[in-house]
Amino acid sequence: MATQHSRSAARVMMAPAVFLLLVWMLVPLILTLWFSTLDYRPMRGTFDCCEGLGNYTRFVTSSAFLSSVVTTLQLVGGVLLITVIGGILLANLLDQPIWGQGVVRILVIAPFFVMPTVSALVWKNMFMNPVNGLFAHLFKALGLQPIDWLSQAPLFSIILIVSWQWLPFATLILLTAIQSLDSEQMEAAEMDGAGPISRFYHMTLPHLARSITVVVLIQTIFLLSIFAEIYVTTGGAFGTRTLTYLVYQRVIESQNVGLGSAGGIIAVILANIVALVLMRVVGKNLDA
Amino acid sequence: MGRITLDKVRKAFGDVEVIPPLDLRIEDGEFVVFVGPSGCGKSTLLRLIAGLEDVTDGEIRIDGTDATRLSPSKRGLAMVFQSYALYPHMSVRKNIAFPLKMAGLSQDQIDAKVDGAAKVLNLDSYLDRRPGQLSGGQRQRVAIGRAIVREPSAFLFDEPLSNLDAALRVGMRLEISELHKRLATTMIYVTHDQVEAMTMADKIVVLNAGRIEQVGSPLDLYRAPRNVFVAGFIGSPKMNLITGPEAAKHNAQTIGIRPEHLAVTDGSGTWTGKVGVSEHLGSDTFFHVTVEGFETPLTVRAGGEVSLHYGDTIHLTPDPAQLHRFDAQGLRIA
Ligand SMILES: Nc1ncnc2c1ncn2[C@@H]1O[C@H](COP(=O)(O)OP(=O)(O)OP(=O)(O)O)[C@@H](O)[C@H]1O
Ligand SMILES: [Mg+2]
Repeated sequence: MATQHSRSAARVMMAPAVFLLLVWMLVPLILTLWFSTLDYRPMRGTFDCCEGLGNYTRFVTSSAFLSSVVTTLQLVGGVLLITVIGGILLANLLDQPIWGQGVVRILVIAPFFVMPTVSALVWKNMFMNPVNGLFAHLFKALGLQPIDWLSQAPLFSIILIVSWQWLPFATLILLTAIQSLDSEQMEAAEMDGAGPISRFYHMTLPHLARSITVVVLIQTIFLLSIFAEIYVTTGGAFGTRTLTYLVYQRVIESQNVGLGSAGGIIAVILANIVALVLMRVVGKNLDA
Repeated sequence: MGRITLDKVRKAFGDVEVIPPLDLRIEDGEFVVFVGPSGCGKSTLLRLIAGLEDVTDGEIRIDGTDATRLSPSKRGLAMVFQSYALYPHMSVRKNIAFPLKMAGLSQDQIDAKVDGAAKVLNLDSYLDRRPGQLSGGQRQRVAIGRAIVREPSAFLFDEPLSNLDAALRVGMRLEISELHKRLATTMIYVTHDQVEAMTMADKIVVLNAGRIEQVGSPLDLYRAPRNVFVAGFIGSPKMNLITGPEAAKHNAQTIGIRPEHLAVTDGSGTWTGKVGVSEHLGSDTFFHVTVEGFETPLTVRAGGEVSLHYGDTIHLTPDPAQLHRFDAQGLRIA
């Protein structure tokens, strides 16, 4: 893209794609914005204009709102914690020369290819079922009382399911980062008297900082909109109602499109705030 | 103290024997240079001594105690890597302080030692920079600084100057030599540059395919190379090696004569040839001379002002006292 000519040619050629993307993004956004100012309840046949900010205040002041924000943050935070820590450990293990390395690596990545709905169903019925689940059998074998995961520790169960799905992603990114660590640096640290733990703390972790940032940022974006796993397992009950799920309930279950749209806009704003905060906190790792 | 003894040390990667059993004694305070062509096992040997590579057979003793199975950090050696291997996320100060921190020294002691090393190596003004913000020569100094603060019993250098430009290399060469004089610590230095080997070493170890071809002082190796390989490797430009009937005249398979021991004689000489390419260095001129019946052209050193041109006829006379003779096995005939 060096010359004036090639730059303007590039602009012309990119225009259709940019236009398509803009339409793709702007039309739903504008529609949502418009709906959020209406009293729009299709089942009752109301489609009245000029609610103003009524929908917004109603959404925010409802008792479900605050708890859903907290649940969302807990879900995202919990999954991030598990996937980042687990990812670092797994990546370190996979970096060791082991027999059948290639196969093991593919197996580790496999959960990422399973659809969220499917994996949630598998977890719900095969693992967490209090009567027939594998966990129940395990607990019984150990002489313990099986627990009904999805009603006794519902949020934790969902965090577990989602973490299982996202662990491969974190592992993969962190593994490539670990593999790019200069081996002479590690040897130098070894000669400098750093044991395995010091080397991990002083060499590997700082080297991984950038990739951890990437993992956290990308995962946050996707985790804020987790839906299928909640829908399939608890249906939003037992304190697992996230903001996304609340919006869904307002639109589909209460048939209040106006209120739901206002919630959607609020969710977008909150997601941007989270992203901004994250960029501030961890984003500085990306420069340098 | 830094006396290192290798006893029948052998190294194989799988089935490939990189270093056949090898004995070597390095005395305390010596500057030893490992030199040899690429891939001959210099780095591997150094890494065996450092403990970064496991010895397949044999024993390594440091100051008389068996260190064969000791971990690298327990051997009391410091290494400077070719890539410098600085820690990119730490400032220069933290880089140099790292081994001290790992050794559990107090912050005061660390500061004192880092400042001392920085002064010796002229790094004072860079202490708060990251390695990425330094030039190659400065990085090299930081790597050396990180090595000297540990006060090791021996320093190991793996081609430390090969990433520097020619002028800087000469400067750093002097600095390292000076450092050795001042610290009087054993240094083992790997290079494939025989000028570095000649100028810095107390003792040169010439390696070829993992075998030691000769061990000796630079001048020993220059004056009396033990075999054809060492003869061709030590000295710059290379020694002229002549085979065939000319060598047979001296009862040898191969004879060798260095470019500086060939005199350009007027009118007549032992050999007569045609001047090919000439390299004028100012102080010296090197002529490449094709002599009838010789397989390879001879290199001749003449004074800087000799004016001979391409295609001129030249008469050469070797200094008989400086003629090296080698037998069919390539070994020196005394
Ligand atoms: N980890 C390894 N596995 C197998 N073979 C190796 C390994 N490391 C080195 N070798 C082989 O050992 C031989 C010696 O390698 P080494 O790195 O010691 O050479 P060197 O003398 O340092 O060469 P250079 O001057 O190019 O650095 C080479 O033939 C190399 O291919
Ligand atoms: Mg090497």
